[in-house]
Amino acid sequence: MSKLLSLRREWVLLAIIVGIALAVGARAPIFLSWRNGMDIANDSAILAILVMGQMLVLLTRGVDLSVASNLALTGMVCALAGKAWPEMGVVSLVALAIAVGTVLGAVNGWLITRFSLPPIVVTLGTLSAYRGAIFVASHGAWISDQNIHPVIKGLPREQWLGLPALVWIAVVVVLAMAVFLRWRREGREIYALGGNLHAAAYVGIPVQRRLMLVYSLSGALAGLAGLLWVGRYAIAFTELASGYELTVIAACVIGGVSIGGGVGTVAGAALGVLFIGVVNGALPVIQVSPFWQQAIAGVVILVSVVLNAGTQGRSGRLILERREVPA
Amino acid sequence: MKAFGMWERVLLALLVLLLAGFGLGLEGFMTPYALADSTFNFSEKGLLALAMALLIVAGEIDLSIAATMALSSLAMGLAMKAGAGLPLMILAAFATGSLAGALNGWLVTAYRLPSIVVTIGTLSLYRGIALVALGDQAITGYPEPLSVLGNGYLGDLVGAPWLIVPIEFIVFLLMAGAVGTLLHRTVIGRRVYAIGANPIASRFSGIEVDRYRFWLFVFAGVAAALAAVMLTGRIGSTRPNIALGWELDAVTMVILGGVAIEGGRGSIVGTVLAALLMGVFTFALGMVNVSGIVMSMLIGVLLVVAMVLPRLGLSRLWRPRAAAGA
Repeated sequence: MSKLLSLRREWVLLAIIVGIALAVGARAPIFLSWRNGMDIANDSAILAILVMGQMLVLLTRGVDLSVASNLALTGMVCALAGKAWPEMGVVSLVALAIAVGTVLGAVNGWLITRFSLPPIVVTLGTLSAYRGAIFVASHGAWISDQNIHPVIKGLPREQWLGLPALVWIAVVVVLAMAVFLRWRREGREIYALGGNLHAAAYVGIPVQRRLMLVYSLSGALAGLAGLLWVGRYAIAFTELASGYELTVIAACVIGGVSIGGGVGTVAGAALGVLFIGVVNGALPVIQVSPFWQQAIAGVVILVSVVLNAGTQGRSGRLILERREVPA
Repeated sequence: MKAFGMWERVLLALLVLLLAGFGLGLEGFMTPYALADSTFNFSEKGLLALAMALLIVAGEIDLSIAATMALSSLAMGLAMKAGAGLPLMILAAFATGSLAGALNGWLVTAYRLPSIVVTIGTLSLYRGIALVALGDQAITGYPEPLSVLGNGYLGDLVGAPWLIVPIEFIVFLLMAGAVGTLLHRTVIGRRVYAIGANPIASRFSGIEVDRYRFWLFVFAGVAAALAAVMLTGRIGSTRPNIALGWELDAVTMVILGGVAIEGGRGSIVGTVLAALLMGVFTFALGMVNVSGIVMSMLIGVLLVVAMVLPRLGLSRLWRPRAAAGA
């Protein structure tokens, strides 16, 4: 067991995913078809975008519980804007989504840095606040298929070079995040301040500004995901994607991103997304009721954190410890 | 740790203001029956908040507490279907609740895991089990005494019909008294504060930190079971989405009650006052037809404001200790 754990966990996770896919494919060959693969990729694309934002936040020892509410609120704003101004084009809609998402994320960041509040409680509060704002904005009404702007619906359905646009967008976001975290100074600084906040402040990393950046980016990605979600499912309503933040965090944890901060890779997080996608895609194929999804997700989270604790060999219980953010 | 400090006074003043405001502005609010009925909507959540307050003071958190309720309610339903009588059903609920809490406690202490991740995992797991067991079905047909526990008034029990205090509210007050005494008047309570303030120093001074943590999680499970018994009795059915999202309400009550999320500070008096405040507030809004989702939005805003206020520089006026510690 310890030998297995000392392998790079990304490879282990990849092997597990391939193993599951092959095992399910052996029972139901349709699971390994190109079409089913594309279905899983499409379903995973939005999750991947959200996971990239959440991962950034987790790296800083924070957590963003408001992503699903942000996604739904931005999605609703875009749907309403598209309904009110049919002349809006794809560029202005994407810009609107990213702008709204960024503002909502920046509110989290501002509350967290300005008042040195714990991220978990702030985002718990904005989780309810943003969700309620959807109801206020839409007066509780649903915006259904025929009222959704054709550009919003068209975007996720487009095919570029044989792959769905949704998948391309997710790939671009994942690659950009990989470059950002590996080669950009700001990216390295995020790892540094997640690993040791005080040391990071002493070497001159602008901790507050980086935290603002991280929460704004998480918000921006959630906003983008909101536009895509509304387009893909062609509906916007108050309870849209309710509770999805847990899936996002689950994907991060499965991918080896530590809640204790400073540990995690883009490849791992992307594999975490793939794992959830493959498992959720496999359940109906092997005729297990979808009611099992949540229980399985729970078990997988627990197993992953126990394994993470073993491999990382340090306490992750830092999230509720007293935060002393240097000025 | 003072049980009745500045923050508690502020909450009490707010509560009085709110009662007076709604009493004057809302037709039919200041009647004994309306006031009695307003307690139904926070008594169960208040129970969760009491256990959550202990955990947060000790520097932990239990996000699976509402999912544990679903599991306990499910256990009751399954016990009933298996032909068990009421005492056995309630026993099943409590056994399930304490087991669920024990699993949280074991994972947190044995593997040194952060409780937030563990309980997000078990939240998913417990709620998932309820979903798997029930699907889109519901268990109904609970025995009459259970419904009395959930909907009845103390007066009906003691044969004094004028005494219209709901049984649920009495249970909540008794539990609040017990938990308050435990936290503020016993060695155990002092140690819970010590663990929250500095777990390492506590360990060095001979407190069995992990044992305390474990039993606090078990207690949270027991409180969830008690809340589940009352809620199941009140609504008379078990569905997989029973008490969905209540963990957030419980955390909000605790934070609004002045308990510091970093642990080590706060009181049960504050938590109880916050529970009353939120209960009265949502009941009054319900009377003027504000929808549930808008209420939860206001509660979210309230949570953030409750945290921001003490740090606005006015902190010396409101919560001197918080300002010194932050």
